[in-house]
Amino acid sequence: MKKIRIGGGAGYGGDRIEPAVDLIRFGNLDYIIFECLAERTIALAQQKKMKDSKKGYNELLEYRMSKILPLLKEHKVRIITNMGAANPRAAMEVTGRMAREYGLNDLKIVCVIGDDIIDKIEKYMDFEILETGEKLETIADDIVSANAYIGTAGIVKALEQGADIVISGRVADPALTLAPAVYEFGWSMTDYDKLGKGTVMGHLLECGAQVCGGYFADPPYKEVPELWNVGFPIGEITEEGDITISKLKSAGGLVSRETVSEQLIYEIHDPAAYYTPDVVADFTGITLEELDGAVTVRGASGKEKNGKYKVSVAYRDGFIGEGEIGYTGSGAKKRAEMALEIVRRRVEPWRDKIEEEKYDIIGVNSLHGDITGLNPKEPSECRVRVAVRSKDKAVAEMISKEVEALYTNGPAGGGGVRQHLREVIAIASIFVPDKDIQVETVLWEGGK
Amino acid sequence: MMKLREIAHSRTGDKGNISNISVIAYKQEDYETIKKSVTPEKVKAYFSGIVKGRIIVYQLPNLWALNIVMYEALGGGVTRSLSLDTHGKSLSSLLMDMEIEEEENEAN
Repeated sequence: MKKIRIGGGAGYGGDRIEPAVDLIRFGNLDYIIFECLAERTIALAQQKKMKDSKKGYNELLEYRMSKILPLLKEHKVRIITNMGAANPRAAMEVTGRMAREYGLNDLKIVCVIGDDIIDKIEKYMDFEILETGEKLETIADDIVSANAYIGTAGIVKALEQGADIVISGRVADPALTLAPAVYEFGWSMTDYDKLGKGTVMGHLLECGAQVCGGYFADPPYKEVPELWNVGFPIGEITEEGDITISKLKSAGGLVSRETVSEQLIYEIHDPAAYYTPDVVADFTGITLEELDGAVTVRGASGKEKNGKYKVSVAYRDGFIGEGEIGYTGSGAKKRAEMALEIVRRRVEPWRDKIEEEKYDIIGVNSLHGDITGLNPKEPSECRVRVAVRSKDKAVAEMISKEVEALYTNGPAGGGGVRQHLREVIAIASIFVPDKDIQVETVLWEGGK
Repeated sequence: MMKLREIAHSRTGDKGNISNISVIAYKQEDYETIKKSVTPEKVKAYFSGIVKGRIIVYQLPNLWALNIVMYEALGGGVTRSLSLDTHGKSLSSLLMDMEIEEEENEAN
């Protein structure tokens, strides 16, 4: 039976490259995917593109390619990635030029475009924002980017064109993996059970080490060997859709029933309806079998998609200002509480311009809020943190200044002030009809 | 009483303002216990200061697992939240500290 091996080369935009290099060298792979886009990443990339039309792709693209491309002389592994972010064409140009520098003159590089619909956003002003129920026009002046989660079609077409490297912008994460399975096995785009199975493998590979023991260790309950050297996953899928997840024997970490279970349920809602542009995958029939450091995943299925594309619209939504200061020694918590109360009173004159404010003591309640009784002991050091969100940049900035002012105007022994200000890029989602999205591929022609 | 952590493991994920937490039994025989112990009501009470919206608990019996989906759980979502942990990633460790009833051994 025909099968292919796909490596998961990145779990997020800034992930480590060393485990991916090992996979290409020793993994006997047919493909490696690099999933590098979070919900907000593409908006930040779009802002960079607006400043410089040659930018707006993943910031580690050149670094990653400098490690990967030289390996392609000896290892015939095809690369599929969404590192194009807001600018897949520019990412293709850069990769093409680098490939030539490494003497890879026959390498075929194709980018996938069509996810970026910012030019057509006016059409959708009447559409409802899923998160708030309001119309899109309520945020019209603040929109930064609009990208549809496209499916496998563009990547499959690129592979049919003989691409060795496929670079996309926003695609549904599992599509990076499902596309080569569709291409290699000739799966029909209405064979929803197969598409569901391929989607599940994509879901397992798209977070890199997270299925191989990364983000898992919790001794003494969950032990992970050699976590410092944790490997990235290899997914093998047959033309029937049976999946086996493993890792290199030389890598640290582990692939077990437990690691695969955690990753299967990661970031899903209804396990019977995992929505993608190609299929609604059903995880409820999945069974796992652990054997010799690998896990076989069977029984996923799927249903017809809903005929719509989800579009992430990013918009500017004010500013967040933060300030921190630390206290230690006896009475640290008492002084930290006093510091918070002082700042709370000092921001009173600006309160009508503050949308939300938060007062934390790191080491006491910053992560779990009001859940009490977990750590009754007095902490030996405390860090005070104040954060506010405001439409007014000056107000957000002011709060961090008030924390700094605790040096000379606050309780005894405060130290280590840190201040931070950032613009909020928020996400509004809308659904647009299938027919509105035209996915295309562009072949690199040597910068001609 | 015992902590959930004694019989189950967990990971948190996020999408917008929605947090999901898996609760997975180490052993098949403990699946019924977690199913009985981890109800939407109990989770809502436990996370009362954090989760503002509704909670749905999905069952995955093949995986001996539950998926807890919590709405309005991330202070407005990853991009707008003032929380230090904007993704709510640390919530799984917190949930594992929840106290549950120990099952009586039926043979006794």
